[in-house]
Amino acid sequence: MIIKIYNAYIIDPFTDKEAVADIVVENGIISRLIFKSQALSLKPDTKPSALNIKPDLIEIDARGLYVFPGLIDMHAHLREPGYEYKETIRTGTLAAVKGGFTSVCCMANTNPVNDNPEVTYYILAKANEEGNCDVYPIGAITKGLKGEELSEMAMLRQAGCVAFSDDGMPVMNAMIMRRALEYSKAVGAPIISHCEDLFLSENGAMNEGKLSFYMGLKGIPRAAEEVMVARDIILCKHFHAPLHIAHVSTKGSVDLIKKAKEEGVPVTAETCPHYFSLTEEAVRDYNTNAKVNPPLRTEQDREAIKEALKEAVVDVIATDHAPHSLDDKNTPFQEAANGISGLETALALSLKLVHDKVLTLRQLIEKFTVNPANILKINKSGIKEKAEADLIVVDINRQWTVKKEEFVSMGKNTPFDGWQLKGKVLMTVKGRKFFNMWQEDK
Amino acid sequence: MKDLIGIKELSRQDIEEILNTAKAFKEVLQRDIKKVPTLRGKTAINLFFEPSTRTRTSFELAEKRLSLDVLNFSVSTSSVVKGETLYDTLKTIEAYNVDYIVIRHPCSGAAKFVANHTPACVINAGDGTNEHPTQALLDAFSILEIKGRLDGLKIAIVGDIIHSRVARSNLYLLSKFDTEIRFVGPPTVVPGYAPDNVKIFYDLKEGIKDSDVIMLLRIQLERQNAAFIPSLKEYFHVWGVKKDVFSYIKDDAIIMHPGPMNRGVEISTEVADSSRSIILRQVTNGIATRMAVIYLLTPREA
Ligand SMILES: [Zn+2]
Repeated sequence: MIIKIYNAYIIDPFTDKEAVADIVVENGIISRLIFKSQALSLKPDTKPSALNIKPDLIEIDARGLYVFPGLIDMHAHLREPGYEYKETIRTGTLAAVKGGFTSVCCMANTNPVNDNPEVTYYILAKANEEGNCDVYPIGAITKGLKGEELSEMAMLRQAGCVAFSDDGMPVMNAMIMRRALEYSKAVGAPIISHCEDLFLSENGAMNEGKLSFYMGLKGIPRAAEEVMVARDIILCKHFHAPLHIAHVSTKGSVDLIKKAKEEGVPVTAETCPHYFSLTEEAVRDYNTNAKVNPPLRTEQDREAIKEALKEAVVDVIATDHAPHSLDDKNTPFQEAANGISGLETALALSLKLVHDKVLTLRQLIEKFTVNPANILKINKSGIKEKAEADLIVVDINRQWTVKKEEFVSMGKNTPFDGWQLKGKVLMTVKGRKFFNMWQEDK
Repeated sequence: MKDLIGIKELSRQDIEEILNTAKAFKEVLQRDIKKVPTLRGKTAINLFFEPSTRTRTSFELAEKRLSLDVLNFSVSTSSVVKGETLYDTLKTIEAYNVDYIVIRHPCSGAAKFVANHTPACVINAGDGTNEHPTQALLDAFSILEIKGRLDGLKIAIVGDIIHSRVARSNLYLLSKFDTEIRFVGPPTVVPGYAPDNVKIFYDLKEGIKDSDVIMLLRIQLERQNAAFIPSLKEYFHVWGVKKDVFSYIKDDAIIMHPGPMNRGVEISTEVADSSRSIILRQVTNGIATRMAVIYLLTPREA
């Protein structure tokens, strides 16, 4: 199988190339990459892009389209093993490639928990057999996510874990967190912290404020997140171990991270599309599909997060893809599971930052590619000759409507159902695998 | 109107219609034969996921006086733990073809969830810390009976506001009239992010001295463990309404309580049993008000 992509505008932060090129992929390897003029126009008045599929040859005239390295999602829940009724590695990675991700890091809160190499091997074997893209497991910081004893982090690292996190079950004991940070230095993989003081957030279902009072729901104050961000930054500063802060949702967290970075503390951070696309207003009608943890916050927080992305205070956009079954969400709000099925909408929601001139396209792609790769030390070569093909073809202007019933993820839980978005992945090439979304939604 | 989910969803006009209808039903209740045939042949189910003898009895009496057939379905917390979802319980009940569902549930938003999933008329009898609309309506009805108006009154709501659906429903109701609303109590249970039209008082005397209505809330005895209040003794000492208030509150101020009250916590016996207290009148008015609500939700004949 040969794939020829002509006139593609490549933005590749791995090779630091940004130019028009022709790409030839043979048997999953980039066999030719010829850069042409920088000047080729991307304006829509040029000849439209076209796709031509023959049995052994796919030809794409990518005029007006972009080619990026496959995106990396450093925070997803693939639910397997244990919760296959919510998602499997097969369906989760299919949702990933459809959304432009060719690498997915999966959190440890499976059943059994990924706190021992057997589970890691199982995930990797499943991904190898049935997965549609690269899967990088994240191991648990503590055994059983209980926050009491460190898991065998070195053995987990050897088995293939790229980071450690008790995501969703924050390590409340500062001493254990200290030990984890110290130990991770020897292991060579960062700690990813879900920052939440469980005493402050106890039984909360949404952001604490006027709206939570109005709806009669117990709130989760912003302080629940910020207290832990502050604690973890202080630990990171004192014990000099790399710390990555997951799904930042508040302005206060952004301010703390910004100050820490200015002081040279080795901290990085991510946010998710829903934190810069929505506010707490999305839950006003007890919409369980907008229930996430940390909860959606206010307009002020949303603006601060956009600003933080612009200023590189927040390094990464991750999905926190958290698929749930219908039953998990078809309950009163308080009882509903937290999470959004995010892989299939993440890029388009994020491209709005480019359309709105918050980020340049290059900055956005960095947050989805090199930045997570650097934090996790995932070796990616980018788009270059002799490398494995790991790229996506994107029309950043293509309009489409989110239809949850068309999600390939088993999780149909999205607050974006019915949204008109601009920007779509038309094709994902991952080694010999090739996913064509060209004709959809036309 | 198909359902009564909360006061939030009602207009001032809706509220006035309910209160006028309640007035007519109160007259019926003073007759020798207290039953009207209005809803004969229709069925109501009282679906209680939290124990509440008072509210359930009040609804049951209201339903029977309207000649409804009544089913009581108490779901103990243990059977919920067993795994049946609210959705499944609801579908089971729907199979009985009931016309009215009165629901009490520990989750805020549960009544709305039920209303969204059933063609029956749904009445919220308390959902989590969200709303208890019939309580606010009966409170308004009782105030009107005595004061003749709601507009122009100063109303102090005293106690654990954050956890009180009664406080919320009263707030939303009174906000639709020209009233001054005050929240009075310790800062741990009086929300710092209250609506703009509410005045907050941490001092009992300041909050109630020139109020026309003093509405006390039940202190949930179990909450003191969650560090909201150091002790019930301390609460009574600082925010309990005791007979010393008679020396400074307005002569015609009325004292209300949704019941069941904790004597010696939010209210002293002298106050509870005084002529200022209209607590028992509230109970009587609860029946008339609930009859009005059920009656107004009836699908009218063409
Ligand atoms: Zn998390």
